[in-house]
Amino acid sequence: MEIAPASAQLHPSRWHGMAWRAGLILTALTVALPVLVIGSSLFTPYSATWAHILDTVLVDYLLNSLALMLGVGIGTLLLGVVTAWLCATCEFTGRKFLSWALLLPMALPAYIIAYTYTGMLDFSGPVQSSLRSWFNWGYGDYYFPEIRSLGGAICMLSLVLYPYIYLIARVAFTHQSGAALEAARSLGAGRWRTFFQVALPMARPAIVAGLSLALMETLADYGTVDYFGVSTFTTGIFRTWYGLGELNTAAQLAGFLLLFVFILMAVERASRNRMQFHTTSTRSKIRRAPLHGPSAALATGFCVLIVTLGFLLPALQLLSWASTSWRTALDGQFLHLLWNSLSLALIASLICLLLALFLGYGKRRYPGATQTGAVRIAAMGYAVPGTVIAVGVLIPFGALDNQLDALSQTLFGVSTGLLLSGTLVALIFAYVVRFLSVSLQTVESGLSRIKPSLDEAARSMGSSNERVLRDIHLPLLRGSLLTALLLVFVDVLKELPTTLILRPFNFNTLAVRTFELASDERLADAALPALAIVIIGLLPVILLMRNLDKGAASHA
Amino acid sequence: MKVLYPAVRSAIQTLTYALLLAATAPVIAQELNVYSARQEALIKPLLDEFSAETGITVNLVTGKGDALLTRLQAEGRNSPADILITSDAGRLVRAEQAGVLLAKTSPELEAAVPAHLRSPQHYWYGLSVRARALVYNLANVNPDTLSTYEALAQPQWRGRICVRSSSNIYNQSLVASMLAAQGAAKTAVWLDGLVANFARPPQGGDRDQIKAVAAGLCDIAIVNSYYLGGMITSKNEAERAAASKVGIFWPNQDDRGTHVNISGAGVTAASGQPELAVQLITFLTRDTSQQWYAETNNEFPVRGNVPVSELLATWGTFNADPIDVSELGKLNAQAVMAMDRARWK
Repeated sequence: MEIAPASAQLHPSRWHGMAWRAGLILTALTVALPVLVIGSSLFTPYSATWAHILDTVLVDYLLNSLALMLGVGIGTLLLGVVTAWLCATCEFTGRKFLSWALLLPMALPAYIIAYTYTGMLDFSGPVQSSLRSWFNWGYGDYYFPEIRSLGGAICMLSLVLYPYIYLIARVAFTHQSGAALEAARSLGAGRWRTFFQVALPMARPAIVAGLSLALMETLADYGTVDYFGVSTFTTGIFRTWYGLGELNTAAQLAGFLLLFVFILMAVERASRNRMQFHTTSTRSKIRRAPLHGPSAALATGFCVLIVTLGFLLPALQLLSWASTSWRTALDGQFLHLLWNSLSLALIASLICLLLALFLGYGKRRYPGATQTGAVRIAAMGYAVPGTVIAVGVLIPFGALDNQLDALSQTLFGVSTGLLLSGTLVALIFAYVVRFLSVSLQTVESGLSRIKPSLDEAARSMGSSNERVLRDIHLPLLRGSLLTALLLVFVDVLKELPTTLILRPFNFNTLAVRTFELASDERLADAALPALAIVIIGLLPVILLMRNLDKGAASHA
Repeated sequence: MKVLYPAVRSAIQTLTYALLLAATAPVIAQELNVYSARQEALIKPLLDEFSAETGITVNLVTGKGDALLTRLQAEGRNSPADILITSDAGRLVRAEQAGVLLAKTSPELEAAVPAHLRSPQHYWYGLSVRARALVYNLANVNPDTLSTYEALAQPQWRGRICVRSSSNIYNQSLVASMLAAQGAAKTAVWLDGLVANFARPPQGGDRDQIKAVAAGLCDIAIVNSYYLGGMITSKNEAERAAASKVGIFWPNQDDRGTHVNISGAGVTAASGQPELAVQLITFLTRDTSQQWYAETNNEFPVRGNVPVSELLATWGTFNADPIDVSELGKLNAQAVMAMDRARWK
């Protein structure tokens, strides 16, 4: 008799909360489906091939992957944090221009920058050939670093991946309370101490968000390491699948990769569990400290060097290749490719943004182990090579389509065929699976800076969840949201393996065209579509940076 | 919210009708759907020609062979694909074993494709031949010192050989042919000798190996011949210059012949119109198509009597290893493991 009144007393807001929780978990699990499909392979029987892999190649795969992660981790942190700090808190010649130019390398797919640097620095390339003819050297007479090596791969990946850290950390540094920094200064801490003991810890969630994106992308990279002949865990997955013909063993390898990433993220989260940094005030923005003399020159020089290495040189190499081939590459299909790439990138980045906002806010409002776990798993697609994600999408979609077809056959005697497989829906779903992590990390890092007491105050005055989100969070999150949109947009623009395998008939994108030509080792012909990716990637970068700067100015 | 329900309901009804209509509508125009591991530039022009001749529309998706095979499997009996085209025999063998291909035969196909370049059970047919040849530095190597793949393991070639990663299918298929010819034990010894002779850790693609030979970093490279053809006819001056510094050599002419693989095609088990699919595959094996592979990509025709391109003619004729290419596919995994053990990266 006591149960009825209790349930009757359920407050509407509790229903509301349950609906949010259920929606959250359901959405997260849907996005997590491909990751779960791959992970489930860990519970299937292990074939005899495992013994061979353990005996011969696994140690190499592991060591190379770890070294690559370590190297890219250090490289991207160094480039990303320093540039973000300089652009957010200092004033030097060219800062305005450099602060968006530093994003340019992001538009270059890693394997393309690898091709361009190989073209320049290879033994048979112009640099070494000129050296040999100038000094009359032959092979073996001189030392030159081998570009196609582990070290080369670390450089290439660092150059194109540091913008993740730069972008997210810059937003964090810009929004850091100037008061905290000034307090540190007035207590006698020098510029460096302030940076290391106050600014850096405060920006840690943002830096870690960027770093984990860069590292996940590193683990998922196949094109660069394959071309450079570096045997990593990822090349091992494909070798097992393509070479040995064992998709299940390959999926198990990918499953272990996921497990590794999951543990790594859990450890990181646990280690900063009790650290929370919220902006107390949005008024006391950092005032940029003008640099003078050598330090100003150093700041400008450092940023210019990175833009040159990460963008200018490779773009010039592409341009010089394209100049010999643009006539053939610029056919009637080209505009079509442009349109396909643009529209896909726009749709996918918007969906990712909405989902990230929903999941990020929902997790903040209704925390709980189940929700957190579901969201974490949903956001792991970024660490898995695109082709493996594609398989994780193909299998459940194919099964669902065939079940629906069978159902329709028995009920209506009509075949529905495949409703989702081989459509853009499947492709965009795969993009969301792969890139949700990017928008989620960015949005969550933004949310973490907003003080929970702000939410509570608003709610205590009767505001609904939706209103808190719309009227309080969205305006404060503006920079993070634009960043999330941009990152996914550019990522989809250059995405290749998922697109290649999931696309509908007669559907091409710029990345597909680039890859087809590059994979046939026709780099000159691949240069034009590659350049187009870069140029289209530029437009939103410029728009965004203007917007971010304007936003920062109006808040200041 | 209540206002929305009728709208949603009518939308669902409309959608259902549309789907049923689409599913039951009679096929007006004839269409064929192709999954191809040959990339677009190397197949679409031929498909367009087929469409122009027959009025049959051909739709195309390209991708990696194994990924396309996985897509076929996941889509199952409802897969829209009628034809699977791959760029090596191994993937066709896998497709055959996975049960996604349909055995089809026709007198024309049997006549066009020699028995060792097609599936013994009629599941697939070779379209073009790709030969794995030796490219040598004209200044440093006397071609008389070259003979066989086996001889590349001899100590005289220490530090003089360039070849790409063993993840590459053509290297896997070469080792598979060695396994078939020499057996596992001799192949293992040969692999150890060959790997010891590498001038550098395997890296890059086949064109990169040719460039390395031209630059003098190594003296011999093992490459597919059409990459050299692509460099000779390249618009890029540097590539042409590099190609002019090397010669091509067909190994094993005194015994089993130079190793070859095929690109090939099979009708899918899910195809609703296998007869049309056979018509397209037959078209892809006819003389003018065979000549097109030679002229566009310097691949060899599956039959000897088709006139090849001018460039291929300058390379002369060679004896190809007559091994049944389906055997290569079956030995592929074994070959990869042998290369793993020999530490061929």
